[in-house]
Amino acid sequence: MQLNRQIQAWLLLLPALCLLVAFTHYPVIKTIARSFFGFGTKWEDNASLENYRFLLEDEVLLQVLSNSFIYAAITVPVSIILAIAMALWVNSKMIGKGILRTAYFTPTVLPMTSVANIWLFFYSPEIGLLNKLLALVGHSGFNWLGDPSLSLYSLMAMTIWKEAGFFMIFYLAALQTIDNNLYHAASIENASKWTVFRRITFPLLMPTTLFVMVNALLNAFKLVDHLFILTKGGPNNASNLLLYYIFENAFSFFDTAYASALTVLLLVILVGLALLQFGVIEKKVHYR
Amino acid sequence: MNRLMHVLSVSMAWLIGFIWLFPLIYAIWAAVHPSEYATRFSLFAPLTMDNFKEAWDQAPFLRYMLNTIVITSLILVGQLVLCTLAAYALARMEFVGRGIIFGLVLMQLMVVPEILIVENYQTLAGLNLIDTYWGVALPYFASAFGIFLLRQTFKTVPEDLENAARIEGCSLLSVIWNVYVPLAKPTYLAFSLVSISYHWNNFLWPLVVTNTEKSRPLTVGMSIFGAPESGVDWSIISAGTLISVGPLLILFILFQRQFVQSFMQAGIK
Repeated sequence: MQLNRQIQAWLLLLPALCLLVAFTHYPVIKTIARSFFGFGTKWEDNASLENYRFLLEDEVLLQVLSNSFIYAAITVPVSIILAIAMALWVNSKMIGKGILRTAYFTPTVLPMTSVANIWLFFYSPEIGLLNKLLALVGHSGFNWLGDPSLSLYSLMAMTIWKEAGFFMIFYLAALQTIDNNLYHAASIENASKWTVFRRITFPLLMPTTLFVMVNALLNAFKLVDHLFILTKGGPNNASNLLLYYIFENAFSFFDTAYASALTVLLLVILVGLALLQFGVIEKKVHYR
Repeated sequence: MNRLMHVLSVSMAWLIGFIWLFPLIYAIWAAVHPSEYATRFSLFAPLTMDNFKEAWDQAPFLRYMLNTIVITSLILVGQLVLCTLAAYALARMEFVGRGIIFGLVLMQLMVVPEILIVENYQTLAGLNLIDTYWGVALPYFASAFGIFLLRQTFKTVPEDLENAARIEGCSLLSVIWNVYVPLAKPTYLAFSLVSISYHWNNFLWPLVVTNTEKSRPLTVGMSIFGAPESGVDWSIISAGTLISVGPLLILFILFQRQFVQSFMQAGIK
């Protein structure tokens, strides 16, 4: 009977487990192997660090990593601040808050590639809407996507637009769990709105903030759909991000081995972030 | 002073709300007016449906949409079946190696299949599944997120219910189907909405595995449709965009509350 139960458990798990291993664990191992044994699209007999040596010398990679860093360092905090503000507004007694909630959340459900087409039009140099608006105040306009010093920031603006409403949802959920007595107590004490936010709301939102932060950071590395439409990583890699660079190496330059070494780098970053979440952060915020 | 702050805060809220809706509003504007009004805003601009017709003729939207619907449904059904079975085993059965298996499942939460495009492409090429629905769908069947979510829910089901069903002579599968599945309905709804909107919008992996309109979903189709070298004008692109987001947007407006709550529930874990 006991043995029977064991077999049943494994049978239930088997389909999911096979696919999980086939598309997650096996490719991870294969990626690591290819990064050592592959060269271009071929396999070699001897292990070599050639791909990693190239990784260290690759100036494009340096640019890509610094882009990814700036991208994360700006989109993550801005999205979080906006998300908190949105959640506070939607959670207040404001008239029309239902409409606002829908407005904030809508970009989340729209496909990135479709809306990127509309943003492409906003950004386009001659006929684009942003430059037309600037022309109204007599400015000659910018080349939002073609100027190397602007293109990454233009991407970020769209990312923030796409993500802030999604993160708002988590804050909204958290706000609804805050005990109203705390606010009553604060109003008896005559605390100002800012003090209430700083001393009650914000500290109680901390677990959510950390959860959202990790997710936003992961997204900064995983989400590159809009690059395909808006900039293709250009001009001259000024807006290239790591996952897009991996795609380019594997499917445009056909250097799967180097793409594997880059994937290993991305995996290290993601696992590092996950450890940060499970280790440091989970311990610190568990006063719930 | 306080009054002023309040007014400022409310105006900010609406301004941001407007900016957040603006791309969609703009797309609707451009799509229903002739292309010379794409950047000229006039109340008297004539209305037209030609852009939709043009867009419809220029790209095989019906085929793309069919592909997206088939792929999204295939993934959802696969996920629901596989995740239910695995989640039950992990929630309610004692077996050797349960901890390790659960750890392996959780690993996928951070290492999503998109990141492993290089190797997964090779695997599917080896299986001859490039440019097929199965090729797009298969890597997503065993969703760690789904397994995790359902496991948490199944753990809250009272064990007495299961024992009662067993005394009645129910088999393992019918216990899962008759006891656990009905009690986890809200979780299934939440997971389904998240899964549908994720896969309806998914781009990178379908881009890699599809080559022709035989299996190409809307997102990939849109990226080709909108490319400047294909030479379509903005009004037509806007119309195309609206066609591509339409079904999901309608679904979202109809089930708004469920959508928001599902994302909330799914995120809090």
